[in-house]
Order: sequence, then C-alpha cells, then structure tokens
Amino acid sequence: MSARTEILERIHGALSDRPEVPTVPRAYMAESELDEAELIRLLIDRLVDYKAQVSVVDHQDVSTRINELLAGASSYVLPSGLDPDWLTTAEGKDDHRRRMDSIDAPLGISELDNIDTVITGSAVSVAETGTIILDGSPNQGRRAISLVPDHHICVVRAGDIVGILPEALRRLDGTRPITMISGPSATSDIELERVEGVHGPRRLDVIIAR
Amino acid sequence: MSTFLGMPALPVYGSGNLHASESFPKSAHRELGNAQLRSNLGHATRTIRDKRTQVVSELPDWEQLRDAGSAIKESVMARLPELLEQFEQNFTARGGVIHWARDAGEANRIVAGLIRDTGETEVVKVKSMATQEIGLNEYLEEQGIAAFETDLAELIVQLDHDKPSHILVPAIHKNRTQVRDIFLREMENVDPDLTNEPSKLAAAARTHLRRKFLTAKVAVSGANFALADSGTLAVVESEGNGRMCLTLPETLITVMGIEKLLPTWQDLEVFMQLLPRSSTGERMNPYTSLWTGVTEGDGPQNVHLVLLDNGRSAALADEMGRSALHCIRCSACMNVCPVYERTGGHAYGSTYPGPIGAILSPLMTGIQAEENDSLPYASSLCGACYDACPVKINIPDILVHLRSVDVDSKRGTKKVPNQMDVGMKAASWALSSGKRLGLIEKGLPLSRLAAGPNKKITKLPGIAAGWTQSRDIPAPPTQSFRAWWNKEHHTPDAGVGTPLKKEEQP
Repeated sequence: MSARTEILERIHGALSDRPEVPTVPRAYMAESELDEAELIRLLIDRLVDYKAQVSVVDHQDVSTRINELLAGASSYVLPSGLDPDWLTTAEGKDDHRRRMDSIDAPLGISELDNIDTVITGSAVSVAETGTIILDGSPNQGRRAISLVPDHHICVVRAGDIVGILPEALRRLDGTRPITMISGPSATSDIELERVEGVHGPRRLDVIIAR
Repeated sequence: MSTFLGMPALPVYGSGNLHASESFPKSAHRELGNAQLRSNLGHATRTIRDKRTQVVSELPDWEQLRDAGSAIKESVMARLPELLEQFEQNFTARGGVIHWARDAGEANRIVAGLIRDTGETEVVKVKSMATQEIGLNEYLEEQGIAAFETDLAELIVQLDHDKPSHILVPAIHKNRTQVRDIFLREMENVDPDLTNEPSKLAAAARTHLRRKFLTAKVAVSGANFALADSGTLAVVESEGNGRMCLTLPETLITVMGIEKLLPTWQDLEVFMQLLPRSSTGERMNPYTSLWTGVTEGDGPQNVHLVLLDNGRSAALADEMGRSALHCIRCSACMNVCPVYERTGGHAYGSTYPGPIGAILSPLMTGIQAEENDSLPYASSLCGACYDACPVKINIPDILVHLRSVDVDSKRGTKKVPNQMDVGMKAASWALSSGKRLGLIEKGLPLSRLAAGPNKKITKLPGIAAGWTQSRDIPAPPTQSFRAWWNKEHHTPDAGVGTPLKKEEQP
C-alpha cells in the first residue's frame, strides 16, 4: 500500500466518529473605516516603529526623492516594469549605475550581491500592521532582486494602502509569489534584544506617493 | 477520492524526537539547578508576555479572531482527507511534487533521496519544527549531507551541538557572552575581537551565512500554513534567512505536518493576525513568504513537499485530544506557563515543550512511549495556556484527559497493586463513612510525633515523598476540625464523628 493511501486510511479511521464540521463565525473586522490621510498617518507610525525610513511625496516628486535616496549608491537594480515616471534622473537611461532585471533577462545571484540598492513598486500595504506586500508584478520583479541588495527603496501608492489585513488579502491573487514585508529584517534571538538587519535588506526606505 | 475500507484500525504512533527520555520530575529537577537558564527564561517569558498582552489589546476583535481561528481548525480536522487531496491537486497542478511520509524515518529517507538526486552534499535550512521532530539534520549527517541552520538562534544551537529550549527563541537559555564564545570557537574566519553586542553577533552570523545563501542549490524548510483551495504554502519569519532559502536555491524541499492545512485563502486573514501577535508580540513579523508550486523564472524550479503523518493521525483519533492538532506553534502557552518558565524546554524531552508539548507529544507517540506518561502531570492546571492560546486549545482539559488515559493504560497490565492503588483504596474506605474518618482522626496526636520538636514534617515515605521534596508539612493539629466542632457545639447525643442534625447547623 502506498504511503498516501495508508495515511488517508489512517485519517479516515481516526475520524470514524464523524465529527461535525462547524460553521466558522466571522464576526471579526472585515474592513477599517479610515480615510486616506488617516491610513497614511497610521502606516507611517508603524513603519517608523520598525525602523524603516519613510517619506511622503506627491506623485510627480517620486523621482526626485528616489534620486536623493540613490545618492550614495554605486549601483541599483530595477524590475523591468517599474513606472518610468519614477526614474527621470539627470543621467536618464544612460545612468551607468542602473541594471535592469526581468524574468526573461535575469541577473545572476552574485551580480545582485554586488548591487547596492533595489527600487520596486508594491501591490498593497496594510496600515494597521505596517506591512508592504509584493506579488511579483512587473513593477516589483522577481523575489531575488528585492532580497539580495542591502538597500530597498519601495514606492507605495496612497491608493494601494488599506487599513487591515483582510482588505489587503482580498486584493491579492494567492497563487502569485508573495512577500509580506514589515520593516527591515530583524532578529531578537539574543537575549530578546531587537537588532535590525540580518539577512534581508538592512535598510528599507518607503516612499508613499500621493 | 481514495477508497476507505471502513476498518477502524489501531492508531499508528509517531517516532523521532517526540519522547522524554527521563521522567519530567527528574529532568525538571536537574534543569531547575541551572541558574543561568532560569534567569534568561524568566526575562524572556516575561518580556514576550508583556509585548503580547499589549499588541493583543490593540485589536478590538481579538476574541472574534480566536473564535474564527478555532472553528477553522476544527473544520480542517473534520475535513482533513478531502482538504489534503484538494491541496495536493492544486499544488501539483502548479508544478510542485508531493510526497507522503508515514513516519519520521520515511520522511528522512525521502528528503535525503531528493537531495541526492540533485548531486549536492550541502543544504541550507529554514527553522522548522517538523524537521526537528523527525531528526532530519542528524539523519542527513549520517548520509554525508551537511545541513546548515540559518535562523540565528538555530545556528547558535547547532554550532554549540545543543538542543533548542523554546520553539520560538531556541537559544534563549544562552546569554550574549555565551553566544560570543560559541561563535569564536565554532565559526571559521570569525573576527577574533568579536564583542558580545547582539548587533555585532547578528552581523557575524550574516557574514558567516552569506556565501552559503548565495551558492546553495538546495534548501529545506517547514511551513506555517498550507491553503487547500490554492495549493499555497507560507513561511513566517523575521531575519530574511527564510526568504533566502525559499528564493535563491534551485531546489526547495518542504516538510510539513498534515494538520497545517487551512481550507481557503481567506482563512489566512485570520491566522496572519493571530500568529505574529501571539508569537513574538509583534503586530506583524518582518517577512512572510507565500509560494504556490513553481513560478517560472522566479524562485526554485524544483519544488517538493513532504506531507508528514508521524503520529498526527493517532492524535486525531483521540476525540478529546484531537484539538491539540489545531496548534499553530506560536509558543504563547509556554510564555505564560508557570511550570515552563522555571524548568525551560529541555525538561520536556520532546521537540514540543511547554503546555502544548505536554499534550501533543503523548498524543503523537501514545501515552506509554518511554517517559511521555509523565508529561500530562507537568502542569498545575492553572489554565493560563488556554487563555493565551490563539486557537483556544483547551490544554488543561486535555491534560486531565491524558492523565486518565495514563491511569487506565496501567490498570490492565499490573499484577501487584502499587502504593497509589493501596492509598486510593484506603482513602475510599476511610472517606466513605463519617465514623471511619472519625476513627482515623483520633490518630492525629500520634502523627504529631513524626513532626518532632520543630513541628515540621520534612520527609514523607513512599510516593508521598514527592510532596515533601521541596516543602515541609506543618505538624498536624492535636484534633480534627470535626472533633473541635463537636466539642465547641456539644449536644448530649452528638458523638464524635456524627454529623450534626440539620436544625443544629449554624
């Protein structure tokens, strides 16, 4: 008998008392009632608590802010679908620091390891928990690019901010490769003292675009 | 659908690191002598407890989330065969490969075989309870495969050839200086001037593991959740070591217990609110990764899942105990447990310590396995664990249930009655009549002799010795309460030991 058949038989046997399938009470909150300004304020509060750096700019100023944040970077990587309006640097497309990544033309892991910064968009963000969710859409790219470089600049559109997690999950397709990010990587494994920055990007800059 | 022949079979128990190898009182006694452990644990459990209370109080719908979580898990258990098959179908349709393992040994052999197929002899690992339960690292080592733990605490424990003492913060029994010393002793190319600052130690771990992450071809992980309606797996973590393992290698092998399923994508909204707050006391953990089979061009292209029984079906067969399988491994019950806080995790022997371990381990192995019959007694039944549990597992009730299973299991096999049987028989004789009790109470002045001049009994004989192991009993009074009452409220026809008539009661 295959392991599969045997395990399923064991489970059937274990349930020979035919336990009732309960109705799940979903009396918990399904949505928050915050307006955009409140959502932004709450998201900032949570992100700052996680030691992320946050700025709020008007949509047309995103590129300026990105340029400021790129000042110290000797190289940066972009997913191929990033909004071109966010990247109007003085050097334009000829910026020698710029690398492009896509599923069709992926950079190697060691190449990514030598890149200082990654810039991505985001799918949806949860204000109440300070969580930014990436789902591998073309403006966010492959999971590796937002992981290996030590500095992540992430643009969050104000319209993509929701109050609580149930609202965010309703906007997502669960079969996409999803990464939920709540602050830079951190550990509390030594005497429970929180240390920001272990294996994931140690610096997280969030730009909220109104 | 599978065919079920309708034969109710005996439960098949699990194996691996699920046993206490000595009885809980014995190991607890030893662990209590470790002052460092007690002070670290006291600090840790207090800190996490306070953080948890604070973030839980922020959510006005916490109790509603617990109710939903509990009902979802209950329905998962009732529908387990159907949900496993649905999950398998969806995961497989997206390019994943599913393997089924009856027990620890079979799971280990499957994982080793999959690694061997890649030609690799090294793997990176994400912290996983399931692989600890089956003793995967030790098995792989025997097979010539090196498994590198990448979670900081697991790395500390592995480098020190030690065992985890807490399921969430496995190295909590070590302080920063001990960690520094382990790094200096065990890590290659470590800076000899490494200080004991946690940030410096974390940086040393980053450097130590970086090359491994970037070159690893195979990763092994556990999973926190599996969604049946989409075939999606989830790993919840903090450091980014999980993302590294789940994203960069070519092959990903996940080992997961069959009880980890959730029926739908929507159910994740409940559990991703319950787990981080109950576990680390954070509103959300830094990183959560979700993957569904293979995504072309993004992440591992060889994706395997080993579905592990190893005694879970046996736990499921226990109607009273099956809700122990609702556990999402948050560790909230440990942090509130007065017993765990003092003895630490090692005293429980099994991979699963604390209140949940005291029920889960004997349910998965059978109460008679090694010393696991001592675990249901490792509790004062105060109920703090039940209050803290995000999925409302009634741990105290199951502890009491397992105590009776333990007593029943011994009843049939014994030929000679033991001290407990004799004691219980004597008590049932004495307590069944007021006259008999009164007679025994007359012996009280005699027992005062045993207390000696300092009016304390410091050592009782036989099984009663457990009572005086860590406390004295004050000398018994010269007379019983009933004798005193009768004297104070003397009526001509009420002798010693005769209950008062109704009209005479105050």
